[in-house]
Amino acid sequence: MQTRIKSHVIVFLAPAVLVYTAIMIWPLFNTLRLALYTNGDEGRVFSGLANFRTLFGDPRWSDSFWNALGNNAWFFVVHMLVQNPIGVALAAILSHPRLRFAALYRSAIFIPTILSFVIVGFAWKLILSPIWGIAPGMLDAVGLKSLFAPWLGREEYALTTLALISVWQFVGIPMMLIYAALLSIPEEILEAGEIDGITGWSAFWKIKLPLILPSIGIISILTFVGNFNAFDLIYAAQGALAGPDFATDILGTFLYRTFFGFQLQLGDPHMGSAIATAMFAIILTGVCIYLFLIQTRMRRYQF
Amino acid sequence: MTSKRLTGLLMATTFLGSALAASAQDVTLTIESWRNDDLSIWQDQIIPAFEASHPGIKVQFTPSAPAEYNAVLNSKLDAGSAGDLITCRPFDASLALYEGGKLADLSGLAAMANFSDVAKSAWQTDDGAATFCVPMASVIHGFIYNKDAFAELGIEVPATEADFFAALDKIKEDGTYIPMAMGTNDQWEAATMGYNNVGPNYWKGEEGRLALIKGEEKLTDEPWVAPFRQLAKWGAYLGDGYEAQTYPDSQNLFTLGRAAIYPAGSWEISGFNSLVDFEMGAFNPPVANAGDECYISDHTDIAIGMNAASAHPDEAKAFLDWVGSAEFATLYANALPGFFSLNSAPVAMEDPLAQEFVSWRDKCHSTIRSTYQILSRGTPNLENETWNASANVIRGTETPEAAGQRLQDGLASWYAPQQ
Repeated sequence: MQTRIKSHVIVFLAPAVLVYTAIMIWPLFNTLRLALYTNGDEGRVFSGLANFRTLFGDPRWSDSFWNALGNNAWFFVVHMLVQNPIGVALAAILSHPRLRFAALYRSAIFIPTILSFVIVGFAWKLILSPIWGIAPGMLDAVGLKSLFAPWLGREEYALTTLALISVWQFVGIPMMLIYAALLSIPEEILEAGEIDGITGWSAFWKIKLPLILPSIGIISILTFVGNFNAFDLIYAAQGALAGPDFATDILGTFLYRTFFGFQLQLGDPHMGSAIATAMFAIILTGVCIYLFLIQTRMRRYQF
Repeated sequence: MTSKRLTGLLMATTFLGSALAASAQDVTLTIESWRNDDLSIWQDQIIPAFEASHPGIKVQFTPSAPAEYNAVLNSKLDAGSAGDLITCRPFDASLALYEGGKLADLSGLAAMANFSDVAKSAWQTDDGAATFCVPMASVIHGFIYNKDAFAELGIEVPATEADFFAALDKIKEDGTYIPMAMGTNDQWEAATMGYNNVGPNYWKGEEGRLALIKGEEKLTDEPWVAPFRQLAKWGAYLGDGYEAQTYPDSQNLFTLGRAAIYPAGSWEISGFNSLVDFEMGAFNPPVANAGDECYISDHTDIAIGMNAASAHPDEAKAFLDWVGSAEFATLYANALPGFFSLNSAPVAMEDPLAQEFVSWRDKCHSTIRSTYQILSRGTPNLENETWNASANVIRGTETPEAAGQRLQDGLASWYAPQQ
């Protein structure tokens, strides 16, 4: 009896484990391994941590790396400060029982999420284009033409602009998750609060927000992982050189240029893997901080 | 019912598919290329001409986007899924493929006799012992201008730099046209159509380029910083918001007649011909003083080689021999005016704008882009750095001297003759 159950478990787990190992775990560890080699005169040679010494020790590499990491951090900060609060606010508004056309708004706000990065990048490049775009015209119509700048072409604005485009695209995801969390709050709790005199705004701050905190935590970590793996939008809008003057270069585009090469520069899979490993370490650290320091301290409520 | 019909349909297609495969004895060759603009020309003119004279060989042209080509091609070659024929970038990108055993040695190909050593130099080993791609064409840099706009404003074609900036000032003052159509968003135009377009006049073409390779000149020397000084002045003549203007934006601005001058490569000719409704002219990069010797960038740009792992080497060589023939040269140069044949046989071209470009070969000295041979072998990559530096200089965020110094430091960090 005992053994039969065990063999069942193995049989049922096997397909998932095999597929997952073949397409996720093995390539991941192989990438980490690749970072320990360099191209020598006779093909690939083991070189220990030499690639990492170059990446962090050679000022040319480390400047690019820290620039990309800094940009990436800013990209994340913009998402945390803009995307998630707006997502929570939208969800709170949508879950209001007397709001009409809630389903319509919900779909409309969620639709950009399912669009391809290429479409989003291209559409926004056209909208913001100083030559053909509708943004200068719209600002002109309200007398604010002087506020317009070629945002995607200026070092000081380009990254923030792209981050906001990404926020526009993905604000639907926190909205949906929080919306679901808000709907799952039992009516009895809110009614009990009402009896104690807690209604409206204070009901949101004192009852709903604490109850949706775990969802906000999940959203934060999803945003973190998504942002530090981001690549597509920057590549679609600014190209692999992430102009102007690397102002929009994030770890993903830095990795792409190094790994696959660009124009006359040949790809270097070993340095590329070293960058990929650094990205993996950064994301792993972030996720660990969340799991061990934040999630374990979150209070759970029994309804 | 439906599922039965579906099954029947699937069965039918399977049989049909295998029947087709069985009857097809033709060998199909696939061409990898970055020239996706030329898809229709290959499909409608070049490939039919080849297939007509070579029964039994079918050719497919499967281009990818220019900016992604090198990365895509390298991945495909490593994975063994690349086509039989590989369109070759000049110099190191292809040399590395040859040294890595991905491109076959074509030194013995009969058609190679039709090309001069200069024409072949971009696709040879450093010692010239092996040639691995059949040269197809070069592109020439210069400026294309709107003849109607020049006539309207009474501007003569500029021959000197002073004339050039006087013309730009006049167009700017008038305000009908944007003086020059270029943006810095994509960066490469700034380097390719900016720095390497006007530069050869300062560094005296091949003389300066070879001196740089030998380490006798530095990128901080006057001939190499002066082009940046000229670029720094360009920013004022580009359209509003040029910082976010992309390459297609610039092309459209010019072809719609909104800009008067377009810093160009001759590859634009065929595209522009089909779009503009005004007359176009071209002038070579203006020289510093009247009567100075002029230099142009006549860049060996495109060639075609054979995937060493091709399953059909004989058929691929037959195609390459044909590419090296005078027949192909005439066909290609006329189908794609602006891609000038490297074949030793003289090629008659009908397009007036292409004739204008190619006429500069007689009055000026030709050179190739300074960053392409040897100097972009290391990290940091000189070509990519030049893109970035040229765009920065035009936007005014880096001075010409600082840009030259940064490029020199980068080059000296790995290139022994410059250390």
